[in-house]
Amino acid sequence: MSIALPALGAPRTQRIDLSSPILILFAAFLCVLILLPMSWLIYFSLVDRNGAFTLDNFKTLVTDSAFLDPLTTTLILATSSSIICCAFAAPMGWLVARTDMPLRRTVRALVTASFVTPPFLGAIAWELLAAPNSGLLNKIYRATTGAPPDEHLFNIYSLAGVIFVISAYTFPYVFVLIANALDRIPGDLEDASSILGGGTWTTARRITIPLALPALLAGALVAFLQAMTLFGSPAILAIPAGFHTMTTKIWSLFNYPPKPELAAAASVPLLVLTVALLRAENLILGRRGYSVVGGKQGNPRLVRLGALKWAALAFVFLVLMCPVFLPYGALLNATFSRVATSFVTFDNFTLHNIHFVFFELSATQLAVKNTFLLGVASATIGTIMALVIAYLTTRRAIRGYRALGFLATAPVAIPGIVLGVGLFLSYARPPFVLYGTLWILLLAFVTIALPAAYQQLQSAFRSVHTDLEDASRILGSTRLRTLRDITAPLLRTSVIATWCFIFVGVIRELSAAIMLFTSETKVISVLIFDLNESGDLGAISVLGLIMLVITFAVVIAVNRIPGFGEARLRNA
Amino acid sequence: MRQFSRRDVLRASTAIAASGAFASVTSAAPPASAVTPELIAAAKKEGKVVYYTSIDLPVAERIAKAFEATYPGIAVRVERTGAERVFQRIGQEYASRIHSVDVVNSSDAAHFVVWKREGMLERYVPEDVAKYYPAEHKDPDGTFASFRVWLCVIGYNTTMVKAEEAPTSYADLLDPKWTGKIVKAHPSYSGTIMTATFQMARDLGWDYFEKLAKQKVMQVQSSADPPKKLALGERAVMADGNEYNMFIEKERGTPVEIVYASEGSPLIVGPNALFKNAPNPNAGRLFQSFCFSPQAQQLSIDAGGLRSLHPQTKEKPGRKPFADIKKMKDDPAEVERTSADVKAHYSRLFGV
Repeated sequence: MSIALPALGAPRTQRIDLSSPILILFAAFLCVLILLPMSWLIYFSLVDRNGAFTLDNFKTLVTDSAFLDPLTTTLILATSSSIICCAFAAPMGWLVARTDMPLRRTVRALVTASFVTPPFLGAIAWELLAAPNSGLLNKIYRATTGAPPDEHLFNIYSLAGVIFVISAYTFPYVFVLIANALDRIPGDLEDASSILGGGTWTTARRITIPLALPALLAGALVAFLQAMTLFGSPAILAIPAGFHTMTTKIWSLFNYPPKPELAAAASVPLLVLTVALLRAENLILGRRGYSVVGGKQGNPRLVRLGALKWAALAFVFLVLMCPVFLPYGALLNATFSRVATSFVTFDNFTLHNIHFVFFELSATQLAVKNTFLLGVASATIGTIMALVIAYLTTRRAIRGYRALGFLATAPVAIPGIVLGVGLFLSYARPPFVLYGTLWILLLAFVTIALPAAYQQLQSAFRSVHTDLEDASRILGSTRLRTLRDITAPLLRTSVIATWCFIFVGVIRELSAAIMLFTSETKVISVLIFDLNESGDLGAISVLGLIMLVITFAVVIAVNRIPGFGEARLRNA
Repeated sequence: MRQFSRRDVLRASTAIAASGAFASVTSAAPPASAVTPELIAAAKKEGKVVYYTSIDLPVAERIAKAFEATYPGIAVRVERTGAERVFQRIGQEYASRIHSVDVVNSSDAAHFVVWKREGMLERYVPEDVAKYYPAEHKDPDGTFASFRVWLCVIGYNTTMVKAEEAPTSYADLLDPKWTGKIVKAHPSYSGTIMTATFQMARDLGWDYFEKLAKQKVMQVQSSADPPKKLALGERAVMADGNEYNMFIEKERGTPVEIVYASEGSPLIVGPNALFKNAPNPNAGRLFQSFCFSPQAQQLSIDAGGLRSLHPQTKEKPGRKPFADIKKMKDDPAEVERTSADVKAHYSRLFGV
């Protein structure tokens, strides 16, 4: 590709030009992260077992119903989840950002809690709640209605069940996008509408909703991509029901005897779809950017709901039952119950599960250590990389900054499981054997985290005007001193938020980890998935709760680091 | 490609077959190895042993803890997953020259045929194996021996199914009254189910599975899971699963019952072996010897619900004696030859 290099104004004097080495270093690193795995992936999809060129892999893909069915299922699943997420997240986002509904801050915090919950853990919790016979909700239903023993209200092992659980853990993305967009819409425009005689609802229809529409569209797309590329939830809920999605199908191709060529080929449609959808979003939103940030902003006006606010609150809490209250309740119950799906009573209360996980399960310590190490390392490296790249691109500090920006954003188009397959094909064989080390997982996690981290920090840099930096330089500071004394303090909150965002992302990652782990490099998510396959639900509940405690402890601790003092927890 | 492909396996096996001409002259088990103070000291220096196994996790950890209590200072790390995954994992790790497994146990005896043929196993015969184990349960070349034996059985939840209505045979499971009420495990994950599927397809025909697939079964992975799903009351009947998990559940007071099918129950053999490239060779030897000791074998019966081939062990009262049960015949060599086809056939029928 060719890159237009804009003129950078008058060249600064007496500066050693570090731009090419920095550019080359970062570009090379990003290539290792992205281009190499994807090249191997494409290569493997086009060869047979003997390494000869063939299109047979793709022919199998489009003719064999063992691949066509999962593809159809995946599309149905992604579309439905996307619609459901928008249908619930949009009104909730509006209620929280734009109305006088009570407990708005609490609601935001609870949505964050549901974001921190790994989707696979949510799926297992929903097994405890809504398995047709043993599920707690179905038990309550039968107990209250006197329905016969084999009748059930919910069946989580079904396409509808998978869609439901995926939606429950995808809607935070849509919610945050919409709530933030609504936060940013200036009150002035709405005031103008009111002054011109528009009522509350006219203003909402004519001003607020159109301004929030791009965010809704972006949310729908994010939800679609999430649902399409998620691995854990379908593996836990769809396989017992006897069907595959694309991600579980790809993963099953690594069962013995492994078929990496077919897995590579099956990854290509996911990759192509993602790239196409992101392109489409760019095309649509590119023309619809509303310049709502800028100038003096009036505070957004809150719509008075009157008596309806309690109904609104009830609706919000009903929605939050699904990702937060019910699953955590079920996990806590299973932790202390002798039988995972019996309500804890005086008779069947047990501490055995806790004892088992801490004192008998020999994999616990290693998995917790690996997860913690990888979380901290990925978050730190990812934040630093994103920080440097965001600085270089927003300040146009070196030539070719656009290529850097492009490379840092590119992984957004690579689904986790596809990246896992790509990294496995690249680094499980000589000359670069990283398989079996934590490095390959680190590569995967940093790659997955980079686009979002880069975008967050890029917008943070944009919000710091260069005037302040220029003033510092004029007063005689070096570039680095300026960075340290002026830019860094202003970016503090964003950097912490980005670090936490990556850390949480690593903890909940399963789809790439499942392709790349070995016994020495197991992480908690993989351990939980293993335990689910042998039906050890009590142990899972304990590990799941440990995982959440670690996540919250680290996030809170990082926000309290001295010097970072007053930084606040934000919605990730 | 230099991955664990069929081509590699083939090449390796031809090479070994070629060298076999010479090897056969000396193909006898090495002399029995006793547990000596030197071995214990060397094992303690290594300080740990890594055990890849497909035994149900709580049982595996019980055996590991018993070893740690007998030899303080040597930690056992249990790496537990389904036997077919264990096989895939070791293959993949060895293809990337990662040697992290010391001792392996698998519920698919066919895996030992492959590992031995590829020269991956160490020749090591614990004293108990040499002295007490029947010839058909130890490799003549001394690379592996049967650590455990059990059956793949039918079962039901006694609060959901009355004893007189319970199935007594595989044919009974095809009755429409069980539609949507059956749970079963998967041969691509579980060695027990792989072995059982082979034996049942051989004795009952694929026809049986074709009909069973129409019963809307709940498809879980591990053969340890169907008993657990019965215990939860999630399904009324299991079409296959571990006899030993059923014993554990039953003796814990869970309302479940075992059915030994009138057609015969698939016999599952789970050997143990030590790897040549074990990172902790001495601790590995010590652990391998411990596994076949009367103490560990009795523990595998009492706490693990397994059957033992060690003549110094006693069956637990209340369990049906092993000799009285009608069994299907095991055939690891044939399983090894046909496993890929069996798995593919199964996936076609059951959709996953």
